[in-house]
Amino acid sequence: MANILAVDDSSSMRQMVAFTLKGAGYQVVEAADGQEALNKAKSQSFDLIITDVNMPIMDGITFIKNLRGEANYKFTPMLMLTTESSADKKAAGKAAGATGWIVKPFNPDQLLNTVKKVLG
Amino acid sequence: MSIDLEQFHETFFEESFEGLDIMESGLLELEQGDVDLENINTIFRSAHSIKGGSGTFGFTAVAEFTHDMETLLDQMRNGERQVSASVVDTLLGCVDVLRNMLNAIKDGSEIDVDSVADMTNALKGILGEESASQASTEESSSTVAAKGWSVHFKPELDIMKTGNDTVRLLRELNSLPERVEVLVDNESLPSLVEIDPEECYQSWNINLIGGDVSEDDIREVFAWVDDECELNIESLADEENYTGIERRDDDRRENPTPDRRAIERRNKPAKATESSSIRVNISKVDELINMVGELVITQSMLSQFGEDENFNETHIERLKDGLTQLESHTRELQESVMRIRMMPISFAFQRFPRLVHDLSSHFEKKIELIMTGETTELDKTVLEKIGDPLVHLVRNSLDHGIEAPDVRVKNGKSETGTIELSAFHQGGNIVIEIKDDGAGLNKAKILEKAKQNGLINQEDRLSDDQVYDLIFRPGFSTADVVSDVSGRGVGMDVVRRNIRELGGMVEVKSIPDEGSVFTIRLPLTLAILDGQLVGIGDETYILPVISIIESLQVKPECINAVAGNAEVYRLRDEYIPIVRLYHIFGIVPKSEVLNEGLLVVVEAEGKKIAIYVDDLLGQQQVVIKSLKTNFKKVEGLSGATILGDGTVALIIDIAELIDLYQKNMARTVVSIKGGGLAA
Repeated sequence: MANILAVDDSSSMRQMVAFTLKGAGYQVVEAADGQEALNKAKSQSFDLIITDVNMPIMDGITFIKNLRGEANYKFTPMLMLTTESSADKKAAGKAAGATGWIVKPFNPDQLLNTVKKVLG
Repeated sequence: MSIDLEQFHETFFEESFEGLDIMESGLLELEQGDVDLENINTIFRSAHSIKGGSGTFGFTAVAEFTHDMETLLDQMRNGERQVSASVVDTLLGCVDVLRNMLNAIKDGSEIDVDSVADMTNALKGILGEESASQASTEESSSTVAAKGWSVHFKPELDIMKTGNDTVRLLRELNSLPERVEVLVDNESLPSLVEIDPEECYQSWNINLIGGDVSEDDIREVFAWVDDECELNIESLADEENYTGIERRDDDRRENPTPDRRAIERRNKPAKATESSSIRVNISKVDELINMVGELVITQSMLSQFGEDENFNETHIERLKDGLTQLESHTRELQESVMRIRMMPISFAFQRFPRLVHDLSSHFEKKIELIMTGETTELDKTVLEKIGDPLVHLVRNSLDHGIEAPDVRVKNGKSETGTIELSAFHQGGNIVIEIKDDGAGLNKAKILEKAKQNGLINQEDRLSDDQVYDLIFRPGFSTADVVSDVSGRGVGMDVVRRNIRELGGMVEVKSIPDEGSVFTIRLPLTLAILDGQLVGIGDETYILPVISIIESLQVKPECINAVAGNAEVYRLRDEYIPIVRLYHIFGIVPKSEVLNEGLLVVVEAEGKKIAIYVDDLLGQQQVVIKSLKTNFKKVEGLSGATILGDGTVALIIDIAELIDLYQKNMARTVVSIKGGGLAA
């Protein structure tokens, strides 16, 4: 089953994302900020990255930019969790190499639908 | 698949309250003119996380409220808005409102709608009305084509470099209508030698036929790539201009049936008393598990001796080894368990920036608060109970200690007063100091008040420290006017009593016009104590090792009898009162002759006494059992413990013992005076 990296500094959101995805049979690795995520992404391989944007230490956009530069992650889908009001964030994310986004607030079903679409 | 979101609420509340604390301290730093971008970012992130979480977990009111805060913070972050005192004040007010909202939701009680509305208006006032409607989702309507749609999709060459996959897009389109016709245009495909396999050269013409498909449905499929492609969507039924059926798709982005959720929440009964929890670093738990493993190994080793029928002297050495190991493991395990309860004192300190901020504007004083040693760890129970006494002391320093700005300037001090809160370890204790550079304690006023209240006699001669110590006596308050901050009936005596209940002590040092220092000493933990066992008659008592200065054999020439039956011992240049413990506790000692026993010199709150005991028995860590919960409070004792042989030993509270001794002495003096009169 696909291996997913879930990145969010808010532990309740991270728990929710991880719980939902694990419930659907995916393997999930969690990280609390961009730097931790980057370290984990380099030490194993993931089929999908889901990351929050606003995080301490390293934000989601910098994280995506860095990870997209890695040879193993050239084509890996990377989704940002973002709020509706931040259209400029979406554009910045795309410019950094994000595949797409999931708009907050979202519920578990919306999350799963998007993940299923991306992973096929 | 349905997932019960409620299981994440606890975590959400916990992190939201943490986030609020972070926002609060960040805002207070901003107010001090420290406009640091990273700080604003941190505040923004906390608000953002609360907004995201509350939206996701269905707390719509919180999400809406936080949205405006976030907008304001975002403007500050982008430099579009100046950081001003009024903005910071409003945001601090928002933090309070938000905290109340979250508490109300957590307890299942009503949210104070008025305060939320007030704060929302204040925010909107700052933001201007233009952003007022931004929170609602855009409502769009679009037409559904009768026959279907013709889609022309021409992606840019590097579309795949963002992880997007044209096959996925086509697959998604395929799921929309009844029938799909796809035509690939390979015209721009270069020859095989020139091809870059990482680029996308094709374009597609897709016909979507039948089904209830709107233009927005199609656009949504391409939402992630609409900046990386040419996309033309035309209605197949264009010539018929069919635009009759309108369908609003505003339910797509919201949580399903938010109304029902709100009702459910309202019906939920208020949560019963919440169990207090503690966050423990995983490494501490690992350490514990490790220790338990070691214990099990030692236990199985020792149990072999029990089963061995041929047990003889040769085994004794190994048995002893095993027992030594068991002892060291037990001790380590005990220490690890105690460490679980240890938390950094910042939990108690974090409320002070806000408190000082609010109070200094209340008293119109300028105060700088300096905090050091916030990472010093102490027992959770102690930490929870030290909060109120600390607040009292800080308020006191602010109210009575620091002078008004004009008075300070007149006395040649800087306008801004300083209060220093520091915590550090000292000889197995935690010391917390509250230091101010204010006027210092007013000795004359204290003496006058103490005489008025009959705490001391006219002719009593007291050292400075003794005078200052009077403020801790019950029924003492120097505030001329009872303000709503200090002196609301609770005085320093309550502070001292609370600290003593924690096994600690508090004392004050003061220099006129330079300021005062309140020093609190606390034990690291309430559960275990390093004890010195002493024997008196048939009884064993325990003295806290930290209170002991020295133990000595009595030289008869150093004993002086003073007024009445009081005795003092001359130790170097000091005269220390001798306390015969057997007198106070009414037991029969082995000997009443001083030089047949020993004196243990102990100190509490700056006062020393020499306790007369028959014998010193040894030192050990003892587990404190409360007398108050198991029996009743006994003056002079802080608790009891069970010794290795199963007997109970009482633990002496040195500070209380000194009080007890002084009271006894006063009584004797009075009775002697009375006797004199009768004769």
